[in-house]
Amino acid sequence: MASSTDLDIVNVTKRFGSHAAVDDVSFSVAPGEFFSILGPSGCGKTTLMRMIAGFEHPTSGDIRIRGQSMIGVPANKRPVNMVFQSLALFPMMSVGENVAYGLTCRGVSRAEADERASRMLERVGLKGFGSRRVTALSGGQRQRVAIARCLVLEPTLVLLDEPLGALDLKLREHMKIELKQLQGTFNTTFAYITHDQSEALVMSDRIAVMNQGRFEQVGSPRELYHNPATPFVASFVGETNRLQGEAAAASNGTIAVRLPSGAVVQGQGKGAAKALAFVRPEAVALAQDPASLSNLPNRFEGRVSAVLFDGAASSLLIDTTGFEQPVRAVLPQAGPLAGIQVGAPVHVGWTADAMKVFAA
Amino acid sequence: MNRPSITWKLYIAAFYLFLFAPLFVVAIFAFNASPFPSPPWRGFTLEWFTGSGAVFGKPGVLVDPIWLESIGNSFKVAIPVALLAVLLGTVNAWVLERAEFRGKTFVAMMMLWPLVIPGVVLGISILAFFSRVTNGLEDWLQTDLDFLRPGLPLVVLGQLSFILTIATLIIAARLRKFDRALEEAAFDLGASRARVLRTVTLPFLSPALIGAGLVALLMSFENFNTTLMLVGSEAPLPIAMYGQMREGASPAINAVSLLLMLGVGGIASVFALTSKAER
Amino acid sequence: MIAKQASRLTLFLLLAPAILWLGLLIVLPHVEILVLSFSERVAPRVYAFGFGNYLEFFTEPLYWRTFARTAFMSILVTALTLVLAFPIALYIARVAQGRLKAMLLLLCLLPFWVSELVRTLGWMILLRETGVISYALRSMGVASQPVELLYNDGAVILGLVYGGLLFMIVPLANALESLEPAVVEAGYDLGGSRWTVLRRIVIPHAMPGIVAGCIIVFMLTVGNFATPVLLGGKNGLWFTEQIYAQFITRFNWPQGAAFGMLLLLLSSAIVWLGLRLTGQSLGTTLKQA
Repeated sequence: MASSTDLDIVNVTKRFGSHAAVDDVSFSVAPGEFFSILGPSGCGKTTLMRMIAGFEHPTSGDIRIRGQSMIGVPANKRPVNMVFQSLALFPMMSVGENVAYGLTCRGVSRAEADERASRMLERVGLKGFGSRRVTALSGGQRQRVAIARCLVLEPTLVLLDEPLGALDLKLREHMKIELKQLQGTFNTTFAYITHDQSEALVMSDRIAVMNQGRFEQVGSPRELYHNPATPFVASFVGETNRLQGEAAAASNGTIAVRLPSGAVVQGQGKGAAKALAFVRPEAVALAQDPASLSNLPNRFEGRVSAVLFDGAASSLLIDTTGFEQPVRAVLPQAGPLAGIQVGAPVHVGWTADAMKVFAA
Repeated sequence: MNRPSITWKLYIAAFYLFLFAPLFVVAIFAFNASPFPSPPWRGFTLEWFTGSGAVFGKPGVLVDPIWLESIGNSFKVAIPVALLAVLLGTVNAWVLERAEFRGKTFVAMMMLWPLVIPGVVLGISILAFFSRVTNGLEDWLQTDLDFLRPGLPLVVLGQLSFILTIATLIIAARLRKFDRALEEAAFDLGASRARVLRTVTLPFLSPALIGAGLVALLMSFENFNTTLMLVGSEAPLPIAMYGQMREGASPAINAVSLLLMLGVGGIASVFALTSKAER
Repeated sequence: MIAKQASRLTLFLLLAPAILWLGLLIVLPHVEILVLSFSERVAPRVYAFGFGNYLEFFTEPLYWRTFARTAFMSILVTALTLVLAFPIALYIARVAQGRLKAMLLLLCLLPFWVSELVRTLGWMILLRETGVISYALRSMGVASQPVELLYNDGAVILGLVYGGLLFMIVPLANALESLEPAVVEAGYDLGGSRWTVLRRIVIPHAMPGIVAGCIIVFMLTVGNFATPVLLGGKNGLWFTEQIYAQFITRFNWPQGAAFGMLLLLLSSAIVWLGLRLTGQSLGTTLKQA
């Protein structure tokens, strides 16, 4: 039976003793998709990935690749290859031997394996590197060798376990783009795990946010960012201001949340006795004249407590009347407030749409 | 402390002189044309290496069957000791680094133990135990089991008893540095378990295996205390040298020592090179 | 279940060499000499349990004096070795750089890969009546007659210290190596003198290395055989010699076994005491070496 998905995870649970590292997780990955699993360390994403690779075995549930169950299939017989966090390049072999390793394991002749390995190296931009020692490569080059070593086997699925973690910031930014492009040219399905939301947002077609062994939400980067399904997703993906209070009246699709100080904010979503409200820093409008914010349902006044200058990503922390924590707001460097100083009075406001409310 | 005083430097120089003086005189007097390894200097000769004995009444090392035989005996002991130490040391290293079981810390402690037992005590304990076992077995089987009596096979066992600890520690140290992800990566790329071991794990361990083998070879060659207690009629080199030194030796013993130094120097430099490649 | 049994089998196979090795070559032989040391000959070829061998040790002055002498001289040798080796280790670890450092360490190692017998032979050629030093003293006119420097306690101590040096220098240098230069600089910066910095910062930091070195040197010295016998001659009087004499010359195995147990006891006691006094563990100590 032909399958329209490359990977199906069906109600997979993995227990270590009484602790469920992965708790009843299900999802599917379509061919050619860049799928990321995003979560804090210890959320079970590594265990999930190791089960797909075949290094761990699920306590219950099924893992299917192109419709074939992988239960009982050892790691060396699965059409899945993995790029390790440490990259795990074989230091005792040359770059070419590293890439040819999987082919020779399959019984491909030495000459052909070398030929295919050098063609693959050419495609990842490492032409003529075949006889180098892996220790003589730069971080980015090693990364590409690790990926080439998998891609040369034409696997159904490539698993990537935080492969950018060891790189410095500049190179990491660069490799994000390069990985995305590589995945595009080879049109191979990638499953990528990371704790870095920016990596996931930039590269992925779809992201699963994982927390305490469960998936909180699966969706496109935009969906996760703009319509988080749970408070965890709202606070884990992207920067946000988090407010705690209790739900008051609801009408016309908006809901009012009363903060402990008595101040009331208007947002969208569902609340109970206890409610959490989130607003993104870029949704917070700033003005020195309160009149220009008059059409916004949420309006407050405050004083600048810190200017966090970071070029285009600069922001302000504003001590706002009625709020326990300072409100963070993006400070447009092209706008009239660009030169604002600590201590200056300022008015903040946002729409009800921009504020997501969840029952806590 | 970064600018050492002149006294300190002089002390260092004197120390190294002190360190090498004995070896230096041993080497020099191997070439002295005198029947005794003592001053005065009576001229240069190679008689103590290749001489037939016509000049000084005693033959040179390379033609004297007594010396040649003892060198041969040393090899007969050292080679099995080195091979067994590497083989069993690898298995032990695996137990220490990879296996999980109750009582592992106890086993690890026990493996270190032979290092704190004086060599003479190791020798007599093995001598006494194997003598009892052999007597028992001989009565029971009604045959002679001479290989368990003092002699080269027993020397092999005696030396192995503590050299195995050293080999285990060397190999385990290397195995500890091994990134398990390398094995997983090879397995993930389609290799069988045996292939992973052959193509990834053993090549990674090989500097330590060679190193442990060389160290075992050297330690076996120079071991004296344990060997003395277990030796039979066939004497390995250190035992033969000891016998000669008690009697007051001819410079042939210097010649043998010089050859030993050259051999050891050679092996040590191979070891230094392999451990450098390891880094 | 099958997988579980298979892994148990693998574990057993992996453990088998260690069990055979430790059982047949270490544990049972030691049980054997322990048992042997408590057996007395009551008639030809008839033995019975008894403390006679240990009583013999305490009643015969030669034995216990040799034992005490061995213990005392070993402690002396260990202390001398430490004092001699410390400046060398400090120089290698903290002053010498790059190739000089590697050279100095390698030069330290080389003599010790050569057989103990060869090194002892060297000292014999240097020290004996017809030896190099005696000859040199006469040619310079300092002495009018051959000088015998061999066969006395000084020669034994010299030989033993020489034999122990490497085993002291390597752990010391390793321990000193790990001391951060900034810590030493901070010591000076806060007004410490050379001596204060050495006493308050360098030596405490090197303590694990000092303990490791001392333990190893002590064990090697106490268990040494060739050096005291060859350099001390009749005056060597080392306890290992008594063990050898009982076992090989007199063929009195029970007596020799008792002596062996006593030597093992002495060696273990000092190791234990050293570790206790300085709060180190055996495993980390041996790793230092």
